[in-house]
Amino acid sequence: MDVLFSFRGDHLYQGARPVLTDLTLTVRPGEKVALLGRSGAGKSTLLGALRCQHATQVAWCPQDGALVPMLSAFHNIYMGALPRHGVGYSLLNLVWPQARERQAIHALARQLGIEDCLRVSIDRLSGGQAQRVALGRALYTRRPVLLGDEPVSSVDEHQAQRLLALALSQHDSAVVALHDRSLALSCFDRVLGLRDGALVLDAPTSGLTLADLDALYA
Amino acid sequence: MRFMPEAAWNTTAGRFRRASLWLGLVGVLAFLLADLEITTLSPGTELARIGTGFLTPDFAATEFVWQALANTLAFAFQGVALGVVAGFVLALGWRFRGVRAFSAVIRAVHELFWGLIFLQITGLSPLTGVLAIAIPYAGIFAKVFGEFLEEADARPATALPSGSTWLATFFYARLPLILLPVRTYSAYRLECGLRASAILGFIGLPTLGFHLETAFRQGDYSAGAAILYLFFLLIGTLRWWLHRHLLPLYLGAALWWAPPLSSAPAGTLWRFLSEDIVPAPLRQDGGFEAFMQWCLRLASEQALPGLWHTLVLSSAALLLTALLSLLLFPLVSPRFGSPLSRGLGHILLVILRTTPEFLLAFILLLLFGPSMLPGIIALALHTSAIVAWLGGRFTLQWPARCDGATGLRGYCYEVLPRIYPNLLALLLYRWEIIMRETAILGILGITTLGYFVDAAFAEFRFDRALFLILVSVLLNLGVDAFSRRLRQHLRLSLNEGRTLARLPGADTTPPRGAAP
Repeated sequence: MDVLFSFRGDHLYQGARPVLTDLTLTVRPGEKVALLGRSGAGKSTLLGALRCQHATQVAWCPQDGALVPMLSAFHNIYMGALPRHGVGYSLLNLVWPQARERQAIHALARQLGIEDCLRVSIDRLSGGQAQRVALGRALYTRRPVLLGDEPVSSVDEHQAQRLLALALSQHDSAVVALHDRSLALSCFDRVLGLRDGALVLDAPTSGLTLADLDALYA
Repeated sequence: MRFMPEAAWNTTAGRFRRASLWLGLVGVLAFLLADLEITTLSPGTELARIGTGFLTPDFAATEFVWQALANTLAFAFQGVALGVVAGFVLALGWRFRGVRAFSAVIRAVHELFWGLIFLQITGLSPLTGVLAIAIPYAGIFAKVFGEFLEEADARPATALPSGSTWLATFFYARLPLILLPVRTYSAYRLECGLRASAILGFIGLPTLGFHLETAFRQGDYSAGAAILYLFFLLIGTLRWWLHRHLLPLYLGAALWWAPPLSSAPAGTLWRFLSEDIVPAPLRQDGGFEAFMQWCLRLASEQALPGLWHTLVLSSAALLLTALLSLLLFPLVSPRFGSPLSRGLGHILLVILRTTPEFLLAFILLLLFGPSMLPGIIALALHTSAIVAWLGGRFTLQWPARCDGATGLRGYCYEVLPRIYPNLLALLLYRWEIIMRETAILGILGITTLGYFVDAAFAEFRFDRALFLILVSVLLNLGVDAFSRRLRQHLRLSLNEGRTLARLPGADTTPPRGAAP
């Protein structure tokens, strides 16, 4: 059987501090996994470790966005495509946005609902808009595995559902950290729950209720 | 009655008080040891003549003054541009210890010393002026840009998909983050470069300083004042004509006016390296023992006295700077005084910080004669105007309380405790700069290391000059390390460039259009 990510009794560290101990976990290609747990439970650490396992397959959407504030939304989204293009082309696109990229990114931005602010720099966007840009950058990476850390936390509930569905539809596999439990149940087919440095929940969403997930936060 | 045992004081302010006390004691000691004698017999008459000169500037008195102005601009533009490029390249390798050490050494040598060295290698030519500015500035830019890169947010670069090339990552996720402070800092440095370019006239290059020195030495104060006013005009109007989009034009004009070519015959560099700077005993096959004796004599007769005077002078100047800064910053702080008093305060500080310290020293030397007093006052006036101006800006960092204390009580309880860390950090940065600037005082006749370097060049003893320059490099590196250690101990910000970039206009405001 194919395996995408796997841990066998591993310890994960944040710097020198152990965050997750004795972790055993397997994720297969094609799975869409939601990652739940209180803040500080180790979600970001786990995502970082997953990224290391298949760095070249991963479309990465970090929690704080980590965008370049003074560049436009267009250029920030384009950054997802840096590995696809030669340095010369990328530098040219930096000073003189290329028609091909403009078209592709405009189409993507329309799906994300940010086509009007492509030419605006990130420091002049709202938190929700910036978050969509970060998601756009991950989608524009065009790689099979999406790793997202609270990618839609600043977007309203209805939009969050739509954006998450869009992002999931464009990737074979995904592991996404969330704080919205209903989103986890509606968009994903498996839920992982972290608590006190351990994986305490690992189940298909079909058999889960919101009350089951509440136990992670109690 | 029993007393509870009292807990020991444990405050952040206490740490600052102790550090200040020690620095203050060093400064007082320096004042006690310094030679502060007034040797001129009638400073009053000289002062009156200088005053008359400043009231009756004579713009027609100096021949070739416009050429000197053009040279000053041309050397500064080319030197700073070359320094920015070289410094940026060095900054890319900032994580390597070798690069950091190299940058520290080239910036520890004052522009004037570089000028004196290149006069021997490339002659009395534009190239000498350009390199004398570009080399130390490259070291300064390397440090500031390197620290910008170090402190810039690293997350955007790590968020990029793996497989992005180094170059693309740099241009997309590193460079944009530091571009604005780099631009602001470079503009600030251009003003410093103009001043440095003018000062190079003191060692014979055809810039404004050459005519300024001539006029003042001959007692022609009207001519000197005219040149000085011209220089003020140049610096004061920077913000109107220094526009980012016009820079290529200015640079082109600078290259056209003064092409950076050497005027020395071929082989000069080789002779300088293989003969001139080789210590005399080795050149004459005197053997190792003679060389050791040469070193010892040079150290005991020139290096050590020069080193001692430099240290005493700069420590005394630092104390005076600190005291003046504490007195002057309320003049421009919106928390004190009236709009009128603040307006006057601004004018006073602008005059003090625009007047180059070498000029203050020059005038004070004429008044007081060659002791350390003119040097101490000149360095302290110039530096404290900069520190006080920034201090005034720092007082804006917290919201005013309408029930807050005012006047002296407000100063002691509300304002000073809050801005003291910033003031102290600035003073400690400035210490290194004060130390470097004592070089110019040497050329004016105060017996710092610069005096002995200048004398060695005048006697064509380049081996001695180089030995003494190396000593001054070691001194600057030592002070830099000490000041850095102290700032770390006090947990003060370590990056002068960032402090300045955050409060643009330490000496100038950024050119319009520099900010988005």
